[in-house]
Amino acid sequence: MKLKKLLAASSIIVSSLVTQFSYADEDTIKVGVLHSLSGTMAISETTLKDTVLMMIEEQNKKGGLLGKKLEPVVVDPASNWPLFAEKTRELLAKEKVDVIFGCWTSVSRKSVLPVIEELNGLMFYPVQYEGEESSKNVFYTGAAPNQQAIPAVDYLMNDIGAERWVLLGTDYVYPRTTNKILEAYLKAKGVKEEDIMINYTPFGHSDWQGIVSDVKKFGSTGKKTAVVSTVNGDANIPFYKELGNQGISAEDIPVVAFSVGEEELSGFDTAPLVGHLAAWNYFQSVESEENEAFIASWKEYIGDDKRVTNDPMEATYIGFKMWAKAVEKVQTTDVDAVEQALIGVAVPNLTGGIAVMNANHHLSKPVLIGEIQEDGQFEVVWETPDTVIGDAWSDFLPSSKNLISDWTAPVSCGNFDVTTAKCSGQNF
Amino acid sequence: MNRIITLLLLLVLSWQSHANAADTDAGVSPNEQLATLIAKLPKTKLRSMASVIDEIAAVKNPQTKFVLQSMLDGDLYYIKSNRTIVQAIKNDSKLYQLTDVMTNESLDPVKKSVISKIRTNNSLRSKLRSLLARIDLTDPNKAVRLQAVQQLLSSPNKGSVGIIEELVEAEQANEVKQVMTTILALDKLKSGDHSEKMQALTLLESTLEPVANNVISNLLASLPEKERTAEQQELAAALNDVLGTIESKRSFYSVVENVFFGLSLGSVLLLAAIGLAITFGVMGVINMAHGELIMLGAYTTYVIQLAFPELIEYSLLIALPAAFIVSGSVGILIERGVIRFLKGRPLETLLATFGISLILQQLVRTVFSPLNRQVISPEWMSGSWQINPIFSLTFNRLYIILFAIVVFVSLVMILKKSSLGLHVRAVSQNRDMARALSIKSDWVDAITFGLGSGIAGIAGVVLSQLTNVGPNLGQAYIIDSFLVVVFGGVGNLWGTLVAAMTLGLTNKFLEPITGSVLASIIVLVGLVLFIQKRPKGLFPQKGRAAD
Repeated sequence: MKLKKLLAASSIIVSSLVTQFSYADEDTIKVGVLHSLSGTMAISETTLKDTVLMMIEEQNKKGGLLGKKLEPVVVDPASNWPLFAEKTRELLAKEKVDVIFGCWTSVSRKSVLPVIEELNGLMFYPVQYEGEESSKNVFYTGAAPNQQAIPAVDYLMNDIGAERWVLLGTDYVYPRTTNKILEAYLKAKGVKEEDIMINYTPFGHSDWQGIVSDVKKFGSTGKKTAVVSTVNGDANIPFYKELGNQGISAEDIPVVAFSVGEEELSGFDTAPLVGHLAAWNYFQSVESEENEAFIASWKEYIGDDKRVTNDPMEATYIGFKMWAKAVEKVQTTDVDAVEQALIGVAVPNLTGGIAVMNANHHLSKPVLIGEIQEDGQFEVVWETPDTVIGDAWSDFLPSSKNLISDWTAPVSCGNFDVTTAKCSGQNF
Repeated sequence: MNRIITLLLLLVLSWQSHANAADTDAGVSPNEQLATLIAKLPKTKLRSMASVIDEIAAVKNPQTKFVLQSMLDGDLYYIKSNRTIVQAIKNDSKLYQLTDVMTNESLDPVKKSVISKIRTNNSLRSKLRSLLARIDLTDPNKAVRLQAVQQLLSSPNKGSVGIIEELVEAEQANEVKQVMTTILALDKLKSGDHSEKMQALTLLESTLEPVANNVISNLLASLPEKERTAEQQELAAALNDVLGTIESKRSFYSVVENVFFGLSLGSVLLLAAIGLAITFGVMGVINMAHGELIMLGAYTTYVIQLAFPELIEYSLLIALPAAFIVSGSVGILIERGVIRFLKGRPLETLLATFGISLILQQLVRTVFSPLNRQVISPEWMSGSWQINPIFSLTFNRLYIILFAIVVFVSLVMILKKSSLGLHVRAVSQNRDMARALSIKSDWVDAITFGLGSGIAGIAGVVLSQLTNVGPNLGQAYIIDSFLVVVFGGVGNLWGTLVAAMTLGLTNKFLEPITGSVLASIIVLVGLVLFIQKRPKGLFPQKGRAAD
């Protein structure tokens, strides 16, 4: 008897939770939001969930899409990679969403891929990643390595004059692949083996004394040394603290990071980081009309004047705008039609330029290098003169240098080998 | 004091007269020179900024240093309307306090939008530092001079050697003179003739500066491989000698450094594990929420810093007792509320405390947000103690080692010497007998658990200085803590000490060879094998208490 009551009560609670997000109205366009709201990745992904919800709210204020309201369906994959696949299935098969905005880590995206291809869904992935992938069902609005890592190395090499390189990374797929690409790139530029040091650390590594001391020794040979860091969010603060404590300043050994943005810095005591660098496609400090409007509406939506914006948020913003534009263009939310319509769509980005979706499902983006300031913001010290087209398959890895991705006819393939003129048949 | 002022006056006077001399030479006053040069700053691109700065530094004007220093500090701005170059410093009311760099005149405070920053980047800043060091060489303050020569040693600039040559004889402070001699010797080694090189080498024998090492090895590499002249042979032999000496000293210090790193990692492990050594070791309770008690301690530090923003320097000292009380009371609550009902059922205790750990994590997420919170390191915890050019100890690690020892000793004392300790040991050895002797075993359980939890809170204060303060802080340390306690032998504080230090040292000595990922795997596998061989750890309890 007791059990029954409990069940009844809990089902009421659950259903009230569900209705919180659903309009009673049948005729809506459903937008799936697949970001971890608990667990280790919640720190980064919660922000993106809020960004999507804000965009949906704004779109609905303008009257929705195709005369229908947009309805968000929020699920929580809880930083649990296999759960990402299950939740995707739930979104596509049960909720029948028309589009998904989601994922942060590469491993979660890899777990979603088989499901989204099987059920022919559509996903926008808003985070910088290691490349070497192109799926018909995924649009990559974050940076590929040639839109972040390679220009950053060019900057260090040409403007800072770096000759010795330390590649530090957290031990998982994104840093490993990026560092492989960078190592090949550096060697192609004539950097010798002994001038490259590579080191991997576990997730959340906090004891950096030995590694920083090694970096210090490595950098004391008289040649200008730079650190390229793919260290994942959480482990960064102890790393920079240790750099400061061991007396290494950004002037001696600059560190350029690919995973440190405004959001990560907001939890940091930024004093030891000032002067170090980060490479992104967007900084909150960039002055443009779109950016000012975006920041203002974000602060208003979240109700906190201290919240910051960051690069994956811009990528989410661009992805959402593009999807909305493509849907209006073809007047349907059918995945195949929208997928084809998305290619070539152009929307203003937040840094005063235009983002274009290319045939390989990657964006054209400007690359910015910023120096960390005391207030946790970045000051742009260098930028590419033009936007850079995202390259799905790196030209610097022997295994992928012949591959291209082109989802327009007649190629219509994510991994087309230009030498053999064959599509490998591998789906992702 | 008077003497310093006279010295300063003299210095300014001599500068003035010097400046006047230059004045008559060029026909343009240094003031005008400086004014025209800094007028260029707002328009100059970052790339061509370096040459402008060089020119500014060459102007002999008392304001030169002020301009360069403000630029280095990022305080150099220009007023958008009339392009006056000013130093701007943010004041309390969020306005910018302006000072005209040419006249030192204070202007009215303005809003940020009125002024625009003169941008610098890393390479410009290091250039500025080096140029400022050249100016600072004649500073009356010894510490400033020392810093200046050290800066010039690592990043020499054109003209600094000439100035040092003039100054070295008159230099009074020994340390400064030593660095100056090294700079001059290195210069001789690069450009002098044979006998000068040989002489310079004898001076460099005892130096550990990485710069010296580089210059020497570059020189050695530049000598021809074969058919060396007698002079070259002699030089090569001498160079090899010096390099050998430096190398042996370096490898010695690198071992010492590794030992320090190992001890510091060990003391972090010790602090995290020692609370567990009491609750798990002495009471036999498997407390999976131990990590979250550490986390609570770290958050206490955050709250203290939030509550007393003007006391950041002392915040850790306030946080220590506060964290002890917070985590200790939560610990007592857990014991009274949950664990005592599960006595003798280890599996259920494990599950229940694991549940508590999740609840505490989510509680923190709800109260403080899932984002990491910023805990500021006080001034005295940052920086390092430079023992010699290649060996330094970071202050935070040093204090943590000392602190861990203090905590350990006091705990041992409490357990060995106090009546509470006597009761705790009595209950843990034979509960029934202790009760028969009128010891309130329930009360002792609660206090013991509170003590262990309170120590976890203290560990949290320490960890807030080393790592991120976020809801997941505890999870990162719970496994390590259990490892240390099991490895050391359950119920033995000394075992915990030895185990923590052993794990720390092994890790740090393996790390340079295998990388940190593999190092932790090797340590873990080694531990598993060890436990197979000796299931009760390093120092098993003996006698009846062991049963």
